[in-house]
Amino acid sequence: MNPANLDPALEAQVIQETAHEEDHRMFGFIIFLLSESIIFISFFVGYTVYKTSVTDWLPAGVAGLEVHEPLINTIVLVSSSFIIYLAERCLHRDNLWGFRAFWLLTMAMGSYFLYGQAVEWMSLPFGFKSGVFGGTFYLLTGFHGLHVLTGVLLQSIMLTRSFIPNNYSGGEFGVAATSIFWHFVDVIWIVLFMLIYVWQ
Amino acid sequence: MSDASLPLTPPSRQPQPGAPDNWRRFFSFSTDHKVIGIQYIVLAFFFFLFGGLLAMVMRGELITPDSDLVDRTVYNGLFTMHGTIMLFMWTFPMLNGLANYLVPLMIGARDMAFPRLNAVAFWLVPIFGVILIISFFVPGGPSQSGWWAYPPVSLQNPTGNLINGQSLWLLAVALSGVSSIMGAVNIVTTIVRMRAPGMGWFKMPAFCWTVLSAQIIQLFGLPALTAGAVMLLLDLTVGTSFFEPSRGGDPVLYQHFFWFYSHPAVYVIILPIFGVFSEVFPVYARKPLFGYKVVAVSSLIITGLSGIVWVHHMFASGTPGWMRMLFMFTTMAISVPTGIKVFAWVATIWGGKLRLTTSMLFGLGGLTMFLFAGITGIMLASAPFDIHVNNTYFVVGHFHYVINGAVVMGFYAAIYHWFPKMTGRMYYEGLGKLHFALTFIGLNLNFLPMHPLGLQGMPRRVASYDPEFAFWNVLASLGAFLLGVSTLPFILNMLSSWVRGETAKDNPWRAIGLEWLIASPPPHENFEQIPIILSAPYGYGSDEPLTANDPTKELASEPSES
Repeated sequence: MNPANLDPALEAQVIQETAHEEDHRMFGFIIFLLSESIIFISFFVGYTVYKTSVTDWLPAGVAGLEVHEPLINTIVLVSSSFIIYLAERCLHRDNLWGFRAFWLLTMAMGSYFLYGQAVEWMSLPFGFKSGVFGGTFYLLTGFHGLHVLTGVLLQSIMLTRSFIPNNYSGGEFGVAATSIFWHFVDVIWIVLFMLIYVWQ
Repeated sequence: MSDASLPLTPPSRQPQPGAPDNWRRFFSFSTDHKVIGIQYIVLAFFFFLFGGLLAMVMRGELITPDSDLVDRTVYNGLFTMHGTIMLFMWTFPMLNGLANYLVPLMIGARDMAFPRLNAVAFWLVPIFGVILIISFFVPGGPSQSGWWAYPPVSLQNPTGNLINGQSLWLLAVALSGVSSIMGAVNIVTTIVRMRAPGMGWFKMPAFCWTVLSAQIIQLFGLPALTAGAVMLLLDLTVGTSFFEPSRGGDPVLYQHFFWFYSHPAVYVIILPIFGVFSEVFPVYARKPLFGYKVVAVSSLIITGLSGIVWVHHMFASGTPGWMRMLFMFTTMAISVPTGIKVFAWVATIWGGKLRLTTSMLFGLGGLTMFLFAGITGIMLASAPFDIHVNNTYFVVGHFHYVINGAVVMGFYAAIYHWFPKMTGRMYYEGLGKLHFALTFIGLNLNFLPMHPLGLQGMPRRVASYDPEFAFWNVLASLGAFLLGVSTLPFILNMLSSWVRGETAKDNPWRAIGLEWLIASPPPHENFEQIPIILSAPYGYGSDEPLTANDPTKELASEPSES
């Protein structure tokens, strides 16, 4: 019999003493992400308002956006969500090298997405000063790209930390949080892709 | 069970940060929620004085019909910075300070969920405060577009510099947003996850309910303002055209982004003050809070409704008729949960054994002011009336009754009520009552004349006016100066009481609540053992004990080395 169960005062003590900062971090992080998503939702709403109300939507000489390359980019980014899930599974089974391999693959896919984004930006015939179309396009893709970059940076920190002996035995908050962040960035991209590229 | 000793290892306590009354800890990167709470409150009060000084210069200008004391552009900067400082540097930090200090004590926790994040959130406040003050000294002076910063006015940038009053203003507001989100994540996590054993939702003090409701608003509202502010900053600095009407932009969209947050922000400010009223009245009326559960839930209803009322600030912004109708209805609906609270407070006081301490006086005064503000609020919610008084002093009078009347009075009620707990000293009742009298008279003298002025059609944000408005303006200005004077007995009282006031007992008001069970001021980490909650709060006239254990006594079975 656990003596802590006999004494409610002692039990209460144990609950609060063992529930350290770590246990609240995931809760706090999810709240933060929900709040962060409102910024994107605001941008999406703004985009929709502009798209439906502005008279000269596309700048002169621009016919629309090329969908093909961004679609490849989208497929890479969305599938990286599955890869990062595999990496997490490996970590849970204490397969550290499997974790590192899949984790690195996720990073590569994220970096490829950023590269593809940069190539697309370079090839576009309009800039962010080209009316609200140009402004919202660069704002949305740029703000999202900033999040992808943050995700890749977080992933590289987590990868480095996996080389500290015994650091990741029994799971790791940073890995779980980075993974959730990555899924979040993916979902945002799907909405963004629908709004900007599919709905033209 | 196998190994019981494992979870029972002694908690790793933080070392005491110096002696208990070491003033230096208030200037350090302390992670103690009580230190951070006082840091917030004191710093915010300095900015309150500064913002008040700006207001007194404005009232000095308005004491005569002509524009003679300050230049018109300076006047624009004054009302912009007055509003910005009072909201972002005074009310938000001050309420975060109260929440920081009180929430862990009230829910029986040793600290906030993320103590370091808490300290970072606080230290951002002086940083963006300094940025705002620097904006007074850049070429062209501070932002002149009002605290709402509507484009295209806010996009004008007459000096042409990249670093101008407006861009510094946006930077400060952005940092304020970061700090507020950090605080909100921390406070919500603390309230949801760290309540003491036995403290179900309906055993939590009403103040914690209101703080939770207010911080949820921060989480869903503030990002919308951030989005609008980012777009405005890009327009101002790199030349995008989101809100530039001459290049296809939509300035009204900014107003939606702005008010989607900034109207609910009013509830972020007033909700914790509702919580203060709910805490103060039962203590000094010796009665349980009337309808506690309804009062608690009505806070969350206000949170929900606050997200769908923002367009009432834009009745005159080319808003279509159906939208006016819809938002008129939702705005009026929000008076239902607030009305519930007002009735509950009156019913709490009704037939109680009143003790008119300074705190109770400020509570009652704040309640009266709020009722008045609520009545003019319903008037303004009605679109036809709002169109009539839009941009007049009627609106200024209304929201100053809310912010200065209810919020500042409620804040004073809180400070006097918890001063013995925070400092371990008693304040001087005589000075406190003088402070109350000056504040109450000054407030009404200052803001009541604004209502007839507005109805007569005096526009707001002007440095000069038609001489027919002079009478009420002189009264208002005298009231403003009296309001300025009223802070002197408060400052004197706080300083002298803190230094040499009579030592306070643990529970000088015979109040019921976890924070009153422990020493004044509370020890580091608050509770020797975590309290186990038995009964609902406000058990006045009830024999049931609040807790099953004595949280001031160390556990006997705890290993001795801790």
